[in-house]
Amino acid sequence: MAARGGAAPGPAARAASASGRPGAWALMGSELSVLFRRLRTWAMLLALAAIPLLIATAVRLTSHPVPPARGPAFLDRISQNGLFVGMTAMLVSVPLFLPLTVGVVAGDTIAGEANLGTLRYLLVAPAGRVRLLLIKYAAAAVFCLTATVTVAAVGVLAGVALFPVGPVTLLSGDTIDVGESLLRSLLIAAYLAVSLLGLAAIGLAISTFTDIPVGAMAATVVLSVMSQVADNLPQLEWLHPWLFSHYWLDFADLLRQPISWTTFGGNALLQGGYILAAGAIAYGRFTSKDILS
Amino acid sequence: MSDTSGPDALAIETLGLSKRFGRRSAVDSINLAVPRGSVFGFLGPNGSGKTTTIRLLLGLAAPSSGGIRVLGRPVPAGLAAVLPEVGALVEGPAFYPFLSGAANLRRLDTADRHAPRSTRAARVDEALERVGLSHAAGKKVRAYSLGMKQRLGIANALLRPRELLVLDEPTNGLDPQGTREVRSLVRSLAAGGTTVFVSSHLLAEVEQMCTHVGVMSVGKLVAQGTLRELRAAGTARIMLRTPDIAAAARVLSGLGLHPEPAGVLQDTDHGGLLSTSPPGHTVAPEDIVAALVAAGVRVQGFGVEDASLEERFVSLTGEGFDVAG
Repeated sequence: MAARGGAAPGPAARAASASGRPGAWALMGSELSVLFRRLRTWAMLLALAAIPLLIATAVRLTSHPVPPARGPAFLDRISQNGLFVGMTAMLVSVPLFLPLTVGVVAGDTIAGEANLGTLRYLLVAPAGRVRLLLIKYAAAAVFCLTATVTVAAVGVLAGVALFPVGPVTLLSGDTIDVGESLLRSLLIAAYLAVSLLGLAAIGLAISTFTDIPVGAMAATVVLSVMSQVADNLPQLEWLHPWLFSHYWLDFADLLRQPISWTTFGGNALLQGGYILAAGAIAYGRFTSKDILS
Repeated sequence: MSDTSGPDALAIETLGLSKRFGRRSAVDSINLAVPRGSVFGFLGPNGSGKTTTIRLLLGLAAPSSGGIRVLGRPVPAGLAAVLPEVGALVEGPAFYPFLSGAANLRRLDTADRHAPRSTRAARVDEALERVGLSHAAGKKVRAYSLGMKQRLGIANALLRPRELLVLDEPTNGLDPQGTREVRSLVRSLAAGGTTVFVSSHLLAEVEQMCTHVGVMSVGKLVAQGTLRELRAAGTARIMLRTPDIAAAARVLSGLGLHPEPAGVLQDTDHGGLLSTSPPGHTVAPEDIVAALVAAGVRVQGFGVEDASLEERFVSLTGEGFDVAG
């Protein structure tokens, strides 16, 4: 450590206080870069990408056509139109794979930093507790969209590569061209990303309660499974519209002509409610928490 | 340096600061006064409450009771204004193992919204150079040794010019060369006007770089002042060697001293007595010798020993390896 003749801060450090624009958004950029530079994030995105690849390959390699009404919806249509690979893959990954990856990212937000010990350095920097919480959530939301778009995009690519592609016949009977159906695929990805925002907020809230990221991740994923189980119990019908997973599979409305936005709106409202509630818990906990990690 | 007039003369000030975890009291009503411009050694055995105090000072934990002012502002209320002026190493370095040293510093620098982006790269390079890590800037922290991580932690505290540096055990994990470098770095920072608050459980380290010392023991601040004041507060000891132990003890007791046997050999040929002067009542050494001789005590050896800071430290914090806690 070169003790330079007495002067405390070096020239660059001194210049820092004199000039330069404060970077209020720099932490968001840094957060995303940390998230997407992790091997784990890439492993999860690769696993998600493997789902449409698996579906497309399996259908391609089967000689006899898939009988309708067997397997996930749209599966029987893939061999005629590759654009259905992405939609099938999204449908398949909604119950477990997408919540699993979102649970990992959201559960890691605060608990992961606490576990590394970097949380105390971020707060002393000072990041500001509320600002850090907002940025962590924003990054988790970005991951939700990345995850669903990954499934959709890889699905489209695999479909184009392995199957004929043409105009898509919608549930309403109307036919849309390839460009329009790509747009619909993206819309479904966006719908699913919004669907996962409530779960991400729950994961963030859980993450403020522990220094063990795996615990927060597991709890988040377990909650998502429990919500879906509850949604399948007729005895709990009164509860169904309040479950954050209630609309997860209801993106069929986006495959009608004209698009029915009712489900999208209802779902967004529900997720917004969960964001507010879980956000309030996360805020209450995190702003008053003693950081002892 | 020791100008204590006005509240702004203190970089850190706490009043009755306490922190309890459940029923256990980690920090017990301490009144810290760290003058601006000082190098304040925060000394205490492991588990004496040093790191908890530092967490309270930096707003990481909320006090159970008592008040804190850092750089003239109340904590935690004024944290947003205080923390940009404070560089800190708290309870060891912590970094993202999958990022390089430089990337870690950039990451932590972005967390401070007042840190200008335009100078970020230059400031990171400079901080790495100051701690001698330029050669490992691009290496993943996963591959760093403990000493290198410690250096990186110090570099993080130096990313911006700071009014106050809080360094919790900065020489942990460093080799003797690294320890010397930290000492000279602290001195150069202090020479530049930065107040340095450095915690340590090593007395020698504090003695070598600090102007002021505060001693913690079991959550209490048991002594505080300049290094000189603390040394002076230590009680002198008188070592007497005599074969007439019983007679000497009677004479010393008569003078108001408290003689204690010292040494392993306590037979009549090689007797030894250790006497500690009672505080506030010191008898001049020459009078003691005169009294001993007058009483017919054969004096084989006589010496006055100033208390070392180490003895003072041990007497304040207790001896041995017991971790308070």
